[in-house]
This record gives sequence, C-alpha cells and structure tokens, in this order.
Amino acid sequence: MGAKLFGASVKRREDPRLLRGEGRFVDDIKLPGMLHAAFVRSPHAHALLRGIRAEAAAARPGVARVFTFAELARWMKPLPLFGAIPPGLAARVDVTMRQVAQLAMARDRVRHVGEIVAMVVADSRALAEDAAELVEVDYEPLPAVVDMIAGGAPGAPLIHPEWGDNVALRFKTGFGDAAAALSAADVRVQERFYVQRYVGMPMETRGVVAQWDPRDGSLTTWNGTQVVHFVQQGLVTALGLPANKIRVIAPDVGGGFGTKATGYPEDLLIPAAAIACRRPVKWTEDRREHMMAAAHARHQVHDIEIGATREGKMLVVRDRICVDLGAYNSWGIVLPYNTVAHLLGPHRVPALDVECRAVVTNKTPNAPYRGAGRPETVYAMDRIVDCLARELRMDPAELRRRNYLAEADMPYEIDIPYRDGNRLVYDSGDFRANLDAALEATGYDRLRAEQAAARSERGILRGIGISGYVEGTAIGPYEGATVRMDASGHAVVATGACSQGQGHETSFAQVAADALGIPLDWVTVVGGDTAAIPFGVGTFASRSAVNAGSSILDAAVKVREKLTAAAAALLEAAPADIEIEDGQAFVRGAPASSVSLERVVRSALPTFAKPGAVTADFEATVYHHQPTVTYTSAVHIAHVEVDPGTGAVRLLRYVVAHDCGRLINPMIVEGQIHGGVAQGVGGGLLEEMVYDEQGQLLTGTFMDYLVPTAMELPPIETVHLEYPSPRNPLGIKGIGEGGAISPPAAIANAVEDALSPFGVRVTRAPLGPDAVRALLVAAEEKKARDAGAGGGRA
Amino acid sequence: MKPAPFDYVAAASADEAVAALAQHGDEAKLLAGGQSLVPMLNLRLARPSVIVDINPVKALDYLREADGRLHVGALRRQRAVERWAGERLPLLAAALKHVGHVAIRNRGTVVGSVAHADPASELPALLLCLDGEVVARGPKGERVIPGAALFRAPLTTSLAADELVTEARFTLPRPEAGWGFAEVARRHGDFALVGAAALLWLDGGGRAAGARLAFFGVGGTPTRGAAAETTLTGQALSAERIRDAARAAAATLKPEGDIHASARYRQDVAAVLAERVLGEAWTRCRKAP
Repeated sequence: MGAKLFGASVKRREDPRLLRGEGRFVDDIKLPGMLHAAFVRSPHAHALLRGIRAEAAAARPGVARVFTFAELARWMKPLPLFGAIPPGLAARVDVTMRQVAQLAMARDRVRHVGEIVAMVVADSRALAEDAAELVEVDYEPLPAVVDMIAGGAPGAPLIHPEWGDNVALRFKTGFGDAAAALSAADVRVQERFYVQRYVGMPMETRGVVAQWDPRDGSLTTWNGTQVVHFVQQGLVTALGLPANKIRVIAPDVGGGFGTKATGYPEDLLIPAAAIACRRPVKWTEDRREHMMAAAHARHQVHDIEIGATREGKMLVVRDRICVDLGAYNSWGIVLPYNTVAHLLGPHRVPALDVECRAVVTNKTPNAPYRGAGRPETVYAMDRIVDCLARELRMDPAELRRRNYLAEADMPYEIDIPYRDGNRLVYDSGDFRANLDAALEATGYDRLRAEQAAARSERGILRGIGISGYVEGTAIGPYEGATVRMDASGHAVVATGACSQGQGHETSFAQVAADALGIPLDWVTVVGGDTAAIPFGVGTFASRSAVNAGSSILDAAVKVREKLTAAAAALLEAAPADIEIEDGQAFVRGAPASSVSLERVVRSALPTFAKPGAVTADFEATVYHHQPTVTYTSAVHIAHVEVDPGTGAVRLLRYVVAHDCGRLINPMIVEGQIHGGVAQGVGGGLLEEMVYDEQGQLLTGTFMDYLVPTAMELPPIETVHLEYPSPRNPLGIKGIGEGGAISPPAAIANAVEDALSPFGVRVTRAPLGPDAVRALLVAAEEKKARDAGAGGGRA
Repeated sequence: MKPAPFDYVAAASADEAVAALAQHGDEAKLLAGGQSLVPMLNLRLARPSVIVDINPVKALDYLREADGRLHVGALRRQRAVERWAGERLPLLAAALKHVGHVAIRNRGTVVGSVAHADPASELPALLLCLDGEVVARGPKGERVIPGAALFRAPLTTSLAADELVTEARFTLPRPEAGWGFAEVARRHGDFALVGAAALLWLDGGGRAAGARLAFFGVGGTPTRGAAAETTLTGQALSAERIRDAARAAAATLKPEGDIHASARYRQDVAAVLAERVLGEAWTRCRKAP
C-alpha cells in the first residue's frame, strides 16, 4: 500500500471548528432540567473534621440537595490507585511502598487545602456557590507538613497516621561499582538541586456532566478526561453497575497534559448527585478550584554527584532523590521510578547508585504531568553535567559529545529495569547526532564567539545552555481500534485514545486512509466514547500515536482485505489482482475496471434477488499489544540574555533537534514540540505553586501562578531526525511530552553560562528576576568577603 | 467562581451615579472598565451590595487637550488614550503598553486605573510624574484633588465613598523635555515588581531645569522620587550625578516583599531603574529654545 498521507504536513482537520468557536466542550453540554454543583472545600491544609451543618445551605431557595459524606456513604469507595509495582520490577528492585486511597469526599480528616468536604446542587452555579458559603464545618486544625525533607524525617506530623511516618515509597537501585568508581574518579562534582512544584494548566478546566436514565438504569457522563475507560471502570466499582450501563464521553477537551489523566472525586460525585437527584447535574471546575484541587506535579530534590576522568569520561552518577507526592500516594511507583529510569539519559555511564524516597505532604496530590519525572531528573543531570564541564574547564557541548551514545551503540541497555518491569533497552536513535544537529542549527561556535565579544565589548551577558534527554514513550500494555466502512464506502475509526488537542482526527486519519486506500476526508475518527469501543487505556505518556496508531493500522489492513475480497467478487478477478486507491477498487493493470468502494460495500448487501457477494462485514478491531516503551530523544539549546541590573532573563532563541522515529505529520509534531517547550519555559522561568508554612496555597490565581504567554516565548526552531522504532509497525515514537522535558535544564544552564564571569551556580527553578539577581548579589558579596579576608591575611 | 449577589444600577448620568453612591455609601462599587473589579467580584474578594455602572454615561467618554493639560474622561478606554498619546505624550504611551494586554486596554479606563490605586500599576505613577490631578464629583459638587494628595495606601485614596472621579488631568511636558520609562514584571502585562518613570528638561546652559521621577510597585502607593528631583534641578548632568540621584531617591522607598520579589530586590532595582529612566530622559532632552 502506498504512504500518500503518512509523513505529510496535512492541516489539522479539527481546527476549523475549534477556531470558529464551534467545538463542543463539557461546559457546552446543556440538558433540560440540569442542576449545577458547587463544592465546599477545605480551607485548611490539615485538620480533623468534627462536624458539618448544612441545614442553612439546604434551605436556600433554588438548592436541590446538599451532600456530605454521610449522605453518599454507600458510594464512597476508595478512588482508584495507580502505579502498582510490576513483577519484573519487583524481581530486581526492592521497593517499599504504601498507598492509601483517597475518598471522593473527606470523611474525618482533610489533608490539603481544596479537599472536598461537601457538595451543593442547585438551580444555577451562582446559587450553589451562595449556598456552599452557608455550610458550616467544624475543623480541628492539625500541624501541616509542607516541606518534603522535614516531612519525611522522623517526628514530623503524620498525614496517614497508620503509616508511622510520611514516607510513602522508598527504593535503591543501580549497577556497577559506584563506590569504587567514585573513589577512582579524577574529578567529582556534587550539588543539591531543587525542582519546584509546577503543574499542567489546561486552558479548559475540568468538568463533568452526568445524566441518569431511569428507563433502563443507565448513566451517561460527559467528562473532560484523557481516560474515558478508566473513568468508566471507576464508576463501575463505585456505583455497582455493569460497564454497558455507564457511558463516558470526553467531547472536545481543551488540553490535558496528564492533569486530566488521573482519578478525581468529581468523576464520581457528579454522577452520584445525578442519580440521587434524578436530574442531570453539571460541574465546571473554576480556575481557583483547578489551582488548589486539580493534580499538581514535579517537585523533587536531588543530591547528585558525578565522577569523571580528567578527559571528561563519565564514570559514575550517584543521586539521592526526594519526591514530594502531595497528600496521597495516588500514583505509586510512577513518578519516582520514571525519575530514576531517565536519569542517565543520553550519557554512557558505567555505574549508577540511586536511592529514592517519596514523601506525602499536606499539599494537592501530585500526578504525572507532561514529562512525569523526566524534566526533574534531566534538570539534575544536565545541571551536574554543566558543573562538571566547568570543573574540567571543558566546553559543555564537548563534554556531552564525549559521553553521548551514538547509533552504533544501539540497542543499548541500562542495567536496571524499566518502570513496566521490562529491561531498559534503548531501541534506536543517535544522541550524538541530535547534539550535533542542535549545535549546527544554533550556530554554536559562532554564538560562543559572539558571547565573548558581547561580554567584553558591550557588557552584555548572554548564555547558551544545552540539555538532552532520552524518553521512554508509548507505554503499553495496549490500545485498541475499530475500523469499519459505512454504506458510502467511507470509514469510521474508533479508539480509546481520546484527543485533548493532539490532532488525532488528522494523524490517525492519515494512518487509516493510507492503509485503506481512501482519501483523508473519508475517515471519521471517534475518540473519547466508551460506547464506540469497549476497552481502552487512554491518552497520556506519549502513547497514543504508537498504541492507537498501530491498532488502527492493523485493523485497517484487515478491513482492506475484506474490501479486496468483495471487490474481487464484484469484478470477477482474483483478490491478489485487486488494487484499492483513492476510494476506487480496480483490477491491476485495468484502471477502466474501477468501481467505487461504495459499490463494493453495497455489493455485499443481500437483495431480494440474491445474497450478497460476500458477507457485509467490513469491520475489524485490533488491540495492539505494546510490551514496553520505545525511546524518543532530543537535544535542546537555549540562548538567553540576562540583565544584571534587574535579573531579568530574556530567551533569545530556542532550538530542538529530536528523533521521534518516523513522522506521521511533521506540522503536528512541531506543534507538540512548541507546546511542550512553552510549558518547559514556564517551568524554567515562571511557574511555581507556592505554599506558606501553614500549607496555604499562595498562588491561587493567574496573577500569581504565571504561565508563559506568546510574549515570553522566543522563536522555536526544530530539526527532525528520524530513527525508526523497531518496536511498532509504523516505526514511530511518542512526541507528546518531550518538548516539556529539557527547557528548565537548558535555561538554567544558559543562565549560569551567561553569569559565568560571576561564578554563580544555579540550583533552583524557576529563574525569576529576583532569584537571578540574588545569585549575582551573593556572588558580589562573596567576592567582597574574599577580598576582605585576603586583605586581612596580607 | 460566580460573584456574591449584588444589585445593579445603570447610571444615566454622572449625577445619577453620585446619587447612587450617596445612597449606598461603602456598599456600592463603581463599574467602568471592570478589569480589576470583575475578577475581584468573581473571586468574592469584593462583595459590594450594589454595582453602579457608569458605562451608559457617554458624556464621560472624552479626551481633550486644554490649558497645557490632557483631560481624560472617566469612560475613555486606555487603548484610545494610548493611540492618542503615541505622538503627543510618548511617556504615557510607553506606560500604557505595560498595562495588561490590548484586550484589557480595550475595556479598561485610565480614570478607573487611577482611582483603583493599585500601587504596582502604571497610571497612578504617571499621574504623579506628570503633575496630574483628578476631578471628583460628589453630592455637594466637584473638587480637584492633586495626584500627590490622592493616594493613601494600597487600593485606598482620599476619595469619599460618594465621590466619582469624572476626569483625570495630566500636564503635558514642555516640548524639549526628555522622558524615560522602565518596569520589571514577571511577564509582559503583569503588575510591576518595580517601575519608574521620569521627565527631565534642560535650561539654555544645558543644566537640568526640572526633573520628575515617580516609582510604582515599591510601596503602598506610587511615590515621587523627590530626592532625585531636587538633587538634579539646577545642576549640570553627568552619569555619576544621575546615578547618585537615583540611589538617593530609591533609598527613601519602603517596599515590601511578596512571592514574586523580595523587599530588597525592589529597593535595589528601584535604584537601577531610576538611573535608567533618568538617563533615558537625559538622552531624549532637547536644548531649550
């Protein structure tokens, strides 16, 4: 079959409706008689619930019901937990893990500001909010655990008292003789790096609408989620209904980033309210709720050390990692182990020694967010690599070149298991080629010369920062697709991998259209509907192109075989001689025999005169099994200018050279990279969820939680390198997250590079102007002290 | 995020608005552009029982030059003033470019921003820098309040609860004056961490005949840099003299810290920006005729 569309920058088919405001999001769902929910949320970071009085709220005009834990007790099953330890991982890594499932509504204790305590359902959202203010809750405040290091130490206040401490997870792993390698190293560099708490911030907040149909005892719920089948399964458990009585629909969704791929109390509470009230209920999360109660992310401390020879050959990495989980360990092994599995990235390092602990704190629970442990670990690694370069007086690009793996090294095993329990084997790629391509696109040598001149002649401080990553993408174990033809000879593709803006309606259609031999416009892609396909995993972890794409390919090939058989019967030719192209079937070498696929499909339908030529089955479902990940890689280069007077950092350029295997649609790939880089720039320069010592959130609005706008972003240049993955039939790799992984590290390296005349060391993100100026002031003060001390001795 | 319940009064005239204010006192809030008020309503941080909407009062939508001053009516949008100011008053144009984004300036009013008196916003400081004043109308008539007497504390002015600012007036600098404007914000359009605006004009001998310096974001109110103004006036200018003047002015500030910048940062960078804006103003000065 020909690849006419695969690889083409086809314009996104979903954009016209989205750009015209004709998208249909959860908040656009309006049902007759619909009620609106508002939540009473804890104002305390940590407190015991002593009593709730809801009578005044319930008595307000327009209020249908006020629900507390007691009213909903029969549905209050624990929310789902993720990140169980797979056997392959358990066999090699000794992980101590504790998980306590959150309840959809707090029963006797609240563990973070924003945790739900009661739900008000009323005729309008405004009325519901008015009534929610009247719900009286008796809290007995407890000391809050805010700092992850102190919180993990003995004697800290306990968040889950039955544990005896706040450490939810602990493990060691590594390979080689790290201690020997460290003592043998010519050079050792050590530092503590802090990666702040920052979060996915989709333009569309979360939302749920639920409708109970008493006719057949079925529930339909619209939910702005990345994981419809997962939400369905949670409702099966909590409501005690079979899956076929629960339909979960994710309509247009305005960004997910992982924030919408976790289990939430509202997924259950809104359906429960709809069943209890016998009326449709809507809840649209407002931005304040989103800030305090939608999943947070990142937030780690790394004590990292690297050892190398004088020539810059890396010998060993040792890292002691602390991960802040927020109030519940909902995601188990995922974030901590992702962090460890991606630490070494593109570098060849013969010994590794890692200890990781994850601590619960009285903050919003963390979940994977675009990169999920990788931006944090890459920050630590690329910062320490730059520190090593400085120690060796070696250009950071040269140091990386000497240690990056190349194509000849593939496949390359890092001798620890991957998070899915399989061996961690890089399947393909050339990380040195990524580096060289990025350096060339940047004009690295020229920029270095300009940097020196600008500094000495004009006092302008510019810096160049490099960061590279290797990312396990497309985690399995499966995704499915159903492909079927309609009576017009057009195709419908249904998959459990729903879109939050990634362009599935375009890229999946490209795969299907090529495989079926029909025009792109003839393919309709349906995602985000449990009624369209019974099983699914969802869209997260850069997995949909590989998992769903491979299923679509395989299913479409099967349908094409059925079409070929039907066309062969219709044209009285051998199936081997049938070709299908542009929606026409014909006998090879005889284009005049061409018939439309509509005729082919209809020829299979029985008439009163005769049965169909073949059975009218032009449908196939394939569940593609993906045992382990495939490895995407990239090198990012940031070029910055620092104003030493104000500490302001300006991004001048941003270059990405990357390999995500074969490109289905280069324009969509670039869009993914641009969006990811924008979020990474946020992490590098702007974004941080800040809590005070009592666990109060200080960044509850967009005035304080600062996402980058177009004004803060430089031009982003991309170079595509294509090393096809051997691990799926399309040769592709995931690109959804990659853009967000390296920017904090690249920017930090660039800022430190710009300030190298002052000898500062960047150890924290984000680099706001105050942080940068504080580095300069500290350096000046140290210089003055050293001069003073020197003078004293002289 | 819906506002707490409130009553709504659409004022047909300035006098109707004043009457509504007089009736409801502290319980009432004026709505013009709504760019600060509406978010505060939705967050329930502001809970007025009455909103008095002056948008129907078309008579307040004006901008004119008279007696050496720019007069801006209470309904004239920031974006319209920015367009006008581009040629006539580039200092004001430069400041307005930092007020939120175009969409915000299309709704936000100059007078509303001045009366809201956010200490980190640009326009209150511009009122000080340009020797401005406001016209306040109350039940007993109008009074003129000089900028220096208007700002009392964060979001607090000397306006009475029953007074409506109908007009802001900015003195047009003499043609030979140079100007400078700078601010540091986390992102373009955010409130300033530190900001400064300056005017400077020379006498025939090349000495500073007059200087204006105003800071914002570095205290509870916008602040005139009087120490710099007096130090420079009458003096021959040099980079050193400007730096000293800037530092002297910044030293009098009493900023507070928040999650975006420490007090020390604000104080230090105020000196940096003051030096820059005075330097820019000096560069832009033309010789007196």
